[in-house]
Amino acid sequence: MNNNSLLNLIDITVSFEGFLALNKLNLNLLKGELRAVIGPNGAGKTTFLDVITGKVKPTKGEVIFKGKSLIGRKEHKIARLGVGRKFQSPRIFENLTVKENLEISVTTPKSPLNLINKNIKDEQLDEIERLMKIVNLSQKVNSKAGSLSHGQKQWLEIAMLVGQKPDLMLVDEPVAGLTDEETDLTADLLKSLSGENTVVVIDHDMEFIRRLDSNVSVLNQGSVLCEGTMDTIQKDKKVIDVYLGRPED
Amino acid sequence: MTLSKIKFDKKIVLSFWIILIALIIAAPTLLPVFRLNLLGRYLSLSIVALGVDLIWGYTGLLSLGQGIFFALGGYCAAMYLQITSSSEFPNNIPEFFALYGVEKLPFFWEPFRSPVFTFFAIWTIPALVAGLIGFLVFRNRIKGVYFSILTQASLLVFFNFFNGQQKLINGTNGLKTDVTLLFGQMVGSESMQRMFFWLTSILVIAAWFFAKWVVKGRFGNILIGIRDDEPRVRFTGYNPVIFKTIIFSIAGGLAGISGALYTVQSGIVSPQFMTVPFSIEMVIWVAVGGRGTLLGAILGAVLINYAKSLVSEALPASWMFIQGGMFILVVTALPEGVLGWIQGDGPRNLLQRFGFKRKIETYPSLEVNNNEEN
Repeated sequence: MNNNSLLNLIDITVSFEGFLALNKLNLNLLKGELRAVIGPNGAGKTTFLDVITGKVKPTKGEVIFKGKSLIGRKEHKIARLGVGRKFQSPRIFENLTVKENLEISVTTPKSPLNLINKNIKDEQLDEIERLMKIVNLSQKVNSKAGSLSHGQKQWLEIAMLVGQKPDLMLVDEPVAGLTDEETDLTADLLKSLSGENTVVVIDHDMEFIRRLDSNVSVLNQGSVLCEGTMDTIQKDKKVIDVYLGRPED
Repeated sequence: MTLSKIKFDKKIVLSFWIILIALIIAAPTLLPVFRLNLLGRYLSLSIVALGVDLIWGYTGLLSLGQGIFFALGGYCAAMYLQITSSSEFPNNIPEFFALYGVEKLPFFWEPFRSPVFTFFAIWTIPALVAGLIGFLVFRNRIKGVYFSILTQASLLVFFNFFNGQQKLINGTNGLKTDVTLLFGQMVGSESMQRMFFWLTSILVIAAWFFAKWVVKGRFGNILIGIRDDEPRVRFTGYNPVIFKTIIFSIAGGLAGISGALYTVQSGIVSPQFMTVPFSIEMVIWVAVGGRGTLLGAILGAVLINYAKSLVSEALPASWMFIQGGMFILVVTALPEGVLGWIQGDGPRNLLQRFGFKRKIETYPSLEVNNNEEN
């Protein structure tokens, strides 16, 4: 195993009453890497995220993050270790304001005593300012998150993810329902985050994935079918068969 | 829009407090002692309602077992009063023990000889019991309707246990407090009841400030986050179990204080405090008053109970129908409760329905420009 490795999934198998959602999945992520994960519906993309974040316990296999096993750890402990997740449909707290949403994400330590006794730290307020500028929500500081447009909600959730300062960001379909312009901006944002952070993006919008200009892992039936750049992937016969479809000539 | 709404909220809160404090000051001179005592009891119930609002309105935990903690607080207060007023009875223990041939005070009564212990026990014992039940339930990720059923089942367990323990706490008959002595005065006397009215009023206000302090800021936002999307809170790095246990414990402590105040003003504590309908009524007060508003809980508890006693005096059989109807009305027409309806756009929507033109909100700058043109 490479010393530079941040996350290593070894032979992960998840069985839901006999149905194999993941089947001996192996995946290795390097520090600072941007990785796209694609695959047809039911390939196990979301289950793959569920395993890393502790929502689903694998039947077999091992997840090593920063040299520690994540198996059996609670979700909040994994999050505190440095794994952040953005959900498929925007999951923000709609009854709280944009600022309150971000406060929840940037606050550390995340203990009840810290929350009830102390005011938020100045540097955390600065961080919120910075995040709101990045995702263009500075005008909406005190608006209820529920009143934002779909695209703004997606961006708020990305800002919340960044505010958590995770070493590993898992981003599930960040551009679903976004306009072309918003999609491009999101791709640029995610690219700018990698390098410092390790980012995994799950999506099946090909144009978006291409724009990320990163290594791509193709999932099929619960395991990794093939890995490589977008160009290699698109020429791979197996991938064409199961996912991209044959060219129409 | 949001700005005018915030001002509107502040106006409601301020006017509510002015009316409430005026009423509290005027009540002892305006009301006969009987009515004053009723008002005091209902005010004490508003403290348990505040707790229900914290756990249900803010955190989304619908407990149907708050009667447990309410009764525990009442029993703590009653045990102290009984034991300090038992010097002329056989064996220097409360009178009822003689009925069952008990000669020695059960061990758990002993600490209640101390007023200091009792003062702390009234809220810490219910809070600890709530914390323990809560921790076990929340740790196992039991939520929603299963949580409600579990709290109701616990309530029944406590109810049946207390009912059966004649030799320990006088079983079904409960513990009387009105003929006991506190500071050399009869608890049921007029001057003491006035004193309890003042004490209750102060504690209601204190409880409101406390609850407000709990829900404001980031702690309260996490509670709302747990209510709206608990897994998301987990994935952000917070442990919802601890937050839920804390808030459930706080609600238990508030219920205990409420139960103690209610006991000394109604003159008795009995397992009747732990019946299923009573704990459901607590939820109805909050639902009708307005979930997640705190003030709604106080308003709901006081007004519904006052209405209950007035209606029951005039038309004894009809209260249950009115209460049921009120609940149905709130669930179907005012899901945010009365206060939530007022704070929302409720009154203006209603006026519009009756043909009044709705005032269209414009940006302040537009209004200024209009003036300049004129």
